[in-house]
Amino acid sequence: MLRIYCPICEEARDEPEYHYAGQAHIVRPSDPDQCSDQEWGEYLYFRSNLRGLHREMWYHAAGCRKFFNVLRDTQSHEVKASYRLGATPPDQEEVRL
Amino acid sequence: MQRYSAFSLFKHALSHHQHWQQAWRNPEPKPYYDIIIVGGGGHGLATAYYLAKEHNIKRIAVLEKGYLGGGNTGRNTTIVRSNYLWDEAAQLYEHALKLWETLSLELNYNVMFSQRGVLNLGHTLQDMRDIERRVSANRLNGIDGEVLDPAGIKKIVPLINTSKNTRYPILGASWQPRGGVARHDAVAWGYARAADALGVDLLQGCGVTGFDLAGDQVKGVQTDRYGTLGAGRVGCVVAGNSSVLAGYAGFELPVESHPLQALVSEPIKPVLDTVVMSNQVHGYISQSDKGDLVIGAGIDSYTGYGQRGSLPVIEHTLAAILELFPMFSRVPMNRQWGGIVDTTPDACPIIGKSPVDNLYFNCGWGTGGFKATPGSGHVFAGCLAEQEIPALAKPFGLDRFYSGALVDEHGAAGVAH
Ligand SMILES: Cc1cc2nc3c(=O)[nH]c(=O)nc-3n(C[C@H](O)[C@H](O)[C@H](O)COP(=O)(O)OP(=O)(O)OC[C@H]3O[C@@H](n4cnc5c(N)ncnc54)[C@H](O)[C@@H]3O)c2cc1C
Ligand SMILES: [Zn+2]
Repeated sequence: MLRIYCPICEEARDEPEYHYAGQAHIVRPSDPDQCSDQEWGEYLYFRSNLRGLHREMWYHAAGCRKFFNVLRDTQSHEVKASYRLGATPPDQEEVRL
Repeated sequence: MQRYSAFSLFKHALSHHQHWQQAWRNPEPKPYYDIIIVGGGGHGLATAYYLAKEHNIKRIAVLEKGYLGGGNTGRNTTIVRSNYLWDEAAQLYEHALKLWETLSLELNYNVMFSQRGVLNLGHTLQDMRDIERRVSANRLNGIDGEVLDPAGIKKIVPLINTSKNTRYPILGASWQPRGGVARHDAVAWGYARAADALGVDLLQGCGVTGFDLAGDQVKGVQTDRYGTLGAGRVGCVVAGNSSVLAGYAGFELPVESHPLQALVSEPIKPVLDTVVMSNQVHGYISQSDKGDLVIGAGIDSYTGYGQRGSLPVIEHTLAAILELFPMFSRVPMNRQWGGIVDTTPDACPIIGKSPVDNLYFNCGWGTGGFKATPGSGHVFAGCLAEQEIPALAKPFGLDRFYSGALVDEHGAAGVAH
């Protein structure tokens, strides 16, 4: 089971308190009407699905009910860092492996 | 290939089974293949078999980074059914189910396909409406199906708790008598042996680490064991690792890889001779020929490549199973494991061309591809060997994620798997 640090509650809690919310830092096209089918499809459906360090969103459903970002190794499932939405993601190189 | 039969069993018994032929060779690779299949699971092996058998391709190799059938093929709970809602999906899975029905004969290998029937339970009014609709759609597609009430369910599974005094009482079910289970390893081994007999090179312990690209074309694959092998066409059938392979070729897929877990109990006397699935309370169960209860449920919510998941998912599953079968509360669980399933936004596979010429993908089968193994291999062989994508595979191209023509099988199929 994952133990995830919530940067808003400033506490590490067990996984069942949270909901996974997918890849982080996906930017919605500013003008969807101007998107080609290709661009819109990529925004909606295509994901990096990295094997390794992955930046992703989690929702603290049974806590502060806020979204935040997590840097996690998808191979070992180890949570490397948590940071607030809008904050600069920690440099992946700086996170010790 | 030495044929297996009652007579050969008798003959070999006389020499204490010391002289059986190896099931397949361990060949040295050739520098060039007409078609290279990456991934030696059931789907990859079936693809190679049908390429050799039906399309008469001569130089074929299957490259497997671990051992044959060691991925999801050897980790799944083996439920086979074809009662999908939409025409496109129903036809594809029914094509597979028809091939299952003669597979042991076709491969001269007992895949232990057992048509013991599959029940998909409904626990709410909406479940029952969906079941009615799905069974009607199935029948229009020539697929067997019935809607049962609790008394009808009880006739098939006397153990099940149909009391009204449960949290989610059982209101009915869909019943597909032709569904069932098969022996997962035997499917991989049967296709491997039959493909090998037709000259396919099965290269195990050979992981693909990159592609040899010339412009927009694939010319071969780089491996961690044999260096670069040339290929006319390459078909990737690597389930949970599909995005990794796509990454080597420089594009993304609409696929996310999640852990999916299963567990088995210690073997007990026969108690359950069919497959029971429930999407609503979220668990499913069958009993293997060995006697263990085989149990599974949904994916872990996060993505992961670790072939293991979290305990809360297991707890949730077992809670659901015990609501259906209170008497199993004393059965000790023996083993638990996970696989990496390649889920797509519409819970349907991706079969066909990729953005790179001569590089094809067959992936996205997610939590439910075992049942499709023969059909998937059969249509993917068609994709790789011919100029035209076969009609059954056409609706499942990557282009549907741009056109919007998704085949939404999420809730529709009753339950994943
Ligand atoms: C717990 C669990 C329960 C399931 N239950 C059911 C069920 O009841 N019914 C059902 O229909 N489906 C079920 N499924 C889904 C089903 O198992 C899969 O959809 C199906 O087996 C996929 O087959 P495959 O041959 O494509 O993949 P796999 O068997 O995973 O084969 C892919 C192979 O590719 C290899 N590979 C990966 N990367 C590389 C590389 N770089 N180079 C070379 N080789 C590589 C892997 O080692 C692996 O052997 C379940 C899955 C799981 C995990
Ligand atoms: Zn919080």
